[in-house]
Amino acid sequence: MSARDDVLNRVRAALGQPGAGTTPAGKVGTAPAAVEVPRAYRPAGEHAPGSPEVLEQLVDRLVDYKAHVHEVSADTLPATVAALLGELTDGVRVVVPSGLDDAWLAALPAGAEVVRDSREQPQTAAQLDAVDAVVTAARVAISETGTIVLDGEPDQGRRAISLVPDVHLCVVRADQVTQTVPEAVRLLGGHPERPLTWISGPSATSDIELDRVEGVHGPRTLHVLLLASG
Amino acid sequence: MRIALAATCLADTLFPGAPRATARLLERLGHEVVFPAGQACCGQMHVNTGYFREAVPVIRNHVETFAPVADGEWDAVVLPSGSCTGSVRHQQAMVCRRAGLDELAATAEAVSDKTYELSELLVDVLGVTDVGAWFGHRVTYHPTCHSLRMLHVGDKPLRLLQAVEDIDLVELPEAESCCGFGGTFALKNADTSAAMLADKTAHVRETGATVLTAGDMSCLMHIGGGLSRQSAGVRALHLAEVLASTREEPTPLPATTFTRPERHDRTEAAR
Amino acid sequence: MSTFLGLPGLRRSTGTGSTATGAGAGTGTAGGAVADEPFGPVPHPQEPLRWGDAFPAAAKQTLANDQLRRNLGHATQVIRTKRAAVVGEVPDWEALRDAGSGVKEQVMAHLPELLEQLERNVTARGGVVHWARDAAEANRIVADIAKAKGADEVVKVKSMATQEIGLNEALAEEGIAAVETDLAELIVQLADDMPSHILVPAIHRNRTEIRDIFLARMGDAPPDLSDVPRELAMAARAHLRRKFLSAKVAVSGANFAVADTGTLAVVESEGNGRMCLTLPETLVTVMGIEKLVPTFDDLEVFLQLLPRSSTGERMNPYTSMWTGVTPGDGPAEFHLVLLDNGRTDVLADEVGRSALHCIRCSACLNVCPVYERVGGHAYGSVYPGPIGAILTPQLTASSGGVSGHGDPNASLPYASTLCGACYEVCPVKIDIPSILVDLRAREVDADRSRSGIDPWAAAMKAASWVMADGDRFALAGRAATLGRGLGGRDHAISVAPPPASAWTRSRDLPAPPAQTFRQWWRDEHTDPAAGPAATPKEQR
Repeated sequence: MSARDDVLNRVRAALGQPGAGTTPAGKVGTAPAAVEVPRAYRPAGEHAPGSPEVLEQLVDRLVDYKAHVHEVSADTLPATVAALLGELTDGVRVVVPSGLDDAWLAALPAGAEVVRDSREQPQTAAQLDAVDAVVTAARVAISETGTIVLDGEPDQGRRAISLVPDVHLCVVRADQVTQTVPEAVRLLGGHPERPLTWISGPSATSDIELDRVEGVHGPRTLHVLLLASG
Repeated sequence: MRIALAATCLADTLFPGAPRATARLLERLGHEVVFPAGQACCGQMHVNTGYFREAVPVIRNHVETFAPVADGEWDAVVLPSGSCTGSVRHQQAMVCRRAGLDELAATAEAVSDKTYELSELLVDVLGVTDVGAWFGHRVTYHPTCHSLRMLHVGDKPLRLLQAVEDIDLVELPEAESCCGFGGTFALKNADTSAAMLADKTAHVRETGATVLTAGDMSCLMHIGGGLSRQSAGVRALHLAEVLASTREEPTPLPATTFTRPERHDRTEAAR
Repeated sequence: MSTFLGLPGLRRSTGTGSTATGAGAGTGTAGGAVADEPFGPVPHPQEPLRWGDAFPAAAKQTLANDQLRRNLGHATQVIRTKRAAVVGEVPDWEALRDAGSGVKEQVMAHLPELLEQLERNVTARGGVVHWARDAAEANRIVADIAKAKGADEVVKVKSMATQEIGLNEALAEEGIAAVETDLAELIVQLADDMPSHILVPAIHRNRTEIRDIFLARMGDAPPDLSDVPRELAMAARAHLRRKFLSAKVAVSGANFAVADTGTLAVVESEGNGRMCLTLPETLVTVMGIEKLVPTFDDLEVFLQLLPRSSTGERMNPYTSMWTGVTPGDGPAEFHLVLLDNGRTDVLADEVGRSALHCIRCSACLNVCPVYERVGGHAYGSVYPGPIGAILTPQLTASSGGVSGHGDPNASLPYASTLCGACYEVCPVKIDIPSILVDLRAREVDADRSRSGIDPWAAAMKAASWVMADGDRFALAGRAATLGRGLGGRDHAISVAPPPASAWTRSRDLPAPPAQTFRQWWRDEHTDPAAGPAATPKEQR
């Protein structure tokens, strides 16, 4: 019998299904009672996506986990991007996903180099290791947990580009900010097959005496550019 | 109210001061206390050690002894122990069912529905937090695991203690941490138990309390046993012993760790 | 660069390869430090789920390690406080726990269909699904994939499933080095140690010990490395960077697998997980068959429960989800290994099966007063603490486990005071104390058929007879009062014969009182008008 059939038979035996033999310890179990999953938890927050309360909470939670937050408008966004990149190094190299809004890069400092990445023309890991920063959009954010989710679409790019560079500039539109985890999961469930990266602050570890230290293998600096709606 | 007292096997045999105080307190509050003499033990020790089969006759005796409460002969059963109440509520019926004794399990549940730990009885059933007690000593309270997490008595014992006149109630650091008793755990894992006890007695001593109190004599036997070994000068009194104390009839501080009442202690028994 | 990373098999130079099955006893937890243990005593188990000593003996050894007790006391205190704070800010926490528990019950009830659904969906998205009956089979599958890719080194995301099957040691025997990339796993691997916690395997080490381990074993650690956690984390970053960028094959576990979409999820903090899940060409995920959730929406429950329960964060820094293969983004080849290794034996137990609901958050370890004192190594399994005490014996049921007479794992259900702190914090409401009691009953029942005199059984039988009758109990109580002469003038017994000697080693036992309660009550109520309590028989 194949391992697959064997394991499935054991599972059936454990659940008391007839004709499935026994588990390795020679046991036959009983069928569990049918269960109705109680779902009394909040399916959504009390505040609407993009509302001032939700935005304020997102900022608070991001800052708490040592992300930098910049509240911008469409007009001030390019200059903020430019300033954040400009302070990294002269001749900064920045990778962007192929579908990123070009307007966001309109004010880059002289000497800045933009590397475009796409699934069709991907940068190697070593190439990404040689860039200073990455700029992406986001799919959705969650204020209660201070989380931003990327889903790999052309304005957010391949997972590697938001991972290897040490500085991540992530532009989140105000209307993308939900209050609760269930709201975000329902939205992401529209395309569950997309590769998802949930980001809550810069990389961190609590492995030494349970003390939280920000900045390990992922980007050590996370800038969130919160873009006002309209 | 007519209240049946389940003394617990441990207190009946080793710590009679606790059930005596329970009876004295309830009678002072105007209730009738009866002691069904057929009682012995709730079965907790056997169940928790895995001896379900041996637990069955013990549970049967408890359930049958207290079954009249389900028929209204008494209004309630009081159990001055968090862990025994927990066993009555969460284990007896399960063990009976496991043994195929569904009828006994049903009776056990009916008895359990009317069985209360002392602070539950006082606060929830009798509706009192000020029992008119006086106790002029520094006291710290250990909330015992089963009272806290199995019965969820919450702050009821503390509210009862706070209402005691002249009491100097001091908070026990890391109060919610287990003392390390765990029934036969103290014997089967004596080294680990002793390590837990060392931390608990250190916290008790930090408070400078003269009296350690709790709602369960088994935990008190453990912590008190440690304090006694250390000659810590801290007495271990059951919550009932503190609440039973009045200006007129104060609960005396025992000479050593535990109350050791003499025979025919008429002063205490007077009513 | 010379590191010990290439030699993970070092610890088990006498290992045989069949690391996770079979009933052979391990060599036991180490006693005092020996020459090749520069970082203190470390266990040298043959089996990841059965290290050797029974719990009481293993605990006696770890309790003697003052440094360990201080480290654990500090770390568990920190994490308990953090967890309480972030759980306290969730208004519907109990409703989430109810939902989490319900979803997991649903998973167990429909496991065969859900596993087949997961397999279909992973396969449809370009993944390859493998099934493994036991550890050896799972190890063989992973080794064959690595060899097919020509890899002599794989990078690993922290994973309990691969700990459980002893994958690193099995790969080492095939000449493949498994590089642990989680900081705590790296510390454990460099020290040739064993994990002592589900989430923070090096929780038993403090910063100074970690600095010393890095300096001695990391090879490229800066010579002036301090013990500041941030500096230590940066040393690990530098050390692992090249491996991440060049690795061909990665091995991970999974926190969740979504049956209705084929999506896998890994929850982590450092970004080492993302590195492993994203950069190598080939990804192999080893996952216990119980880690399913039925629908994508169910993640909304567990992604709230898990981070707050485990690291005490509102959300962990990174969660990765992937569904099969996404061309151009991430690994071009994805293998999913579905592992039984004793899980179906757990599932067959009506009471114990809820141990499979565990999402490996480790909240029960952090609140356990026993774990806090003895540490993870005393449990003799890669699954320590309260959850380990119910999971390990059941996972090893086919080779002794809970009912094996003298099996060290049969001692685990007794490694608890039943204080209930674990149940209170469990995000999926596993009633660990009740399962512990049930496993004790199974062990007792299994022992009944064996010949020979067990003093515990004899005592329990005798006590049962006495305690099942008020008259007999009254007689026994009266007899006990006659023993009050045992106490000294202070009414305390300080020295007693076994088994009571285990008590009197650290505690006094009060001498019996002059009168039992019932004697006193009878004396007080001799007036026939005193009511139904006058004589025992009247109450029957």
